[in-house]
Amino acid sequence: MRVLNNQYIVSLTRPLIENNPISIQILGLCSALAITQAVRPALIMATAVIVILAFSNLIISLIRHFLPSSIRLILKMTVIASAVIVVDEIIKTFAPDMSQLLSVFIALIVTNCIILGRVESFASSHSPGLSFLDGLGNGIGYALLIILVAFIRELVGKGTVLDFPVFESIEQGGDYIQNEFMALPASAFFILALLTWGIKAALQARTSED
Amino acid sequence: MVSEHFNILFRAAIVENLVLVFLLGMCTYVAVSKNVKTAFGLGLTVIVVETITVPINYIIFEYVLSHGALAWAGYPQLDLTHLKIVTFIGVIAAVVQILEMVLERFYPTLFKALGIYLPLLTVNCAVLGASLFMVQRNYQFTESLVYGFGVGLGWAIAIVVFAAIRERLDESRVPQGLRGLGLAFIVTGLLSLSFNGLAGLEF
Repeated sequence: MRVLNNQYIVSLTRPLIENNPISIQILGLCSALAITQAVRPALIMATAVIVILAFSNLIISLIRHFLPSSIRLILKMTVIASAVIVVDEIIKTFAPDMSQLLSVFIALIVTNCIILGRVESFASSHSPGLSFLDGLGNGIGYALLIILVAFIRELVGKGTVLDFPVFESIEQGGDYIQNEFMALPASAFFILALLTWGIKAALQARTSED
Repeated sequence: MVSEHFNILFRAAIVENLVLVFLLGMCTYVAVSKNVKTAFGLGLTVIVVETITVPINYIIFEYVLSHGALAWAGYPQLDLTHLKIVTFIGVIAAVVQILEMVLERFYPTLFKALGIYLPLLTVNCAVLGASLFMVQRNYQFTESLVYGFGVGLGWAIAIVVFAAIRERLDESRVPQGLRGLGLAFIVTGLLSLSFNGLAGLEF
């Protein structure tokens, strides 16, 4: 039981930093870069990914013994796409302004490689419970990273966090000059590169200590 | 008319380059850009896939999914637009599958070189993204054909340039933790910045 217990915890926690989907597995980069201009859209996006990832992992794991391997990709894509449609419609109904802002990026979660990557490499060969936790863990790992990037970009770029002013900008009578570079998608690359560097260096330092 | 189409092509390929400006198709872009030859093959494949899927998806969207498109069948109120994601991805998966068979039969060397990345084109955001943008911008048939080709061309240009830079970078000395992914991000960032400088350019 102890071993089993640990296994559950590991599949939830490992993807958070050590095996982070973005910075280590190189999965799901497109959305991570495109929607991180501000924290609010990043939060919505992260929630959507967590929900979709956890449930597609769970569903695929439940039907894993009935999937013929020759057409498994198309079947999996259908399951994922259905999950995405449900989430997309929910966001359209309850947060129409956000759905406008995120434009095609919610729909593009279908092709977010995190989802297919985890479904292929984990859910197809593990039990439903483990798969669900793995989905949650990877979703949260993804969320951590994109919210961090979004936080940096919004804070430095506009001087705000969640539209709440932290540094008063010049237009509002303060003395903070908004950094327009952070509004460009390219800035996300540099932030992500530095974060990846930091994470890798930290992991290396830890393994060499052991 | 012609210049309008050229404008769409130019915008899709350079000014609004899907990888470097909209940041779509990033995973494959970073993963398959280690040498120019493979990158070139993949670029060509993406051009073919985009040029086929965008117009097909246009036809399906216009005549089956869009609001009132099924009026001739007695369903004037039917609106199936929410099914576009599933439909588009299905079309893309089918086209990629067919292309895979064709390549295997007629171009076995390219087929081997592309390996796993060919089926992965199904989950390339740039391919699905192009179809979704086509709907969002209300393109007509010929426009969507030109747009599909332009998007593919832009993707191919971007990945070949990036692969050429990376080949050189292999020989340079960079900090351990920055090697590989980190450096790839920085290079893409610089490329992306330079493409952003073209924003608003028109003929």
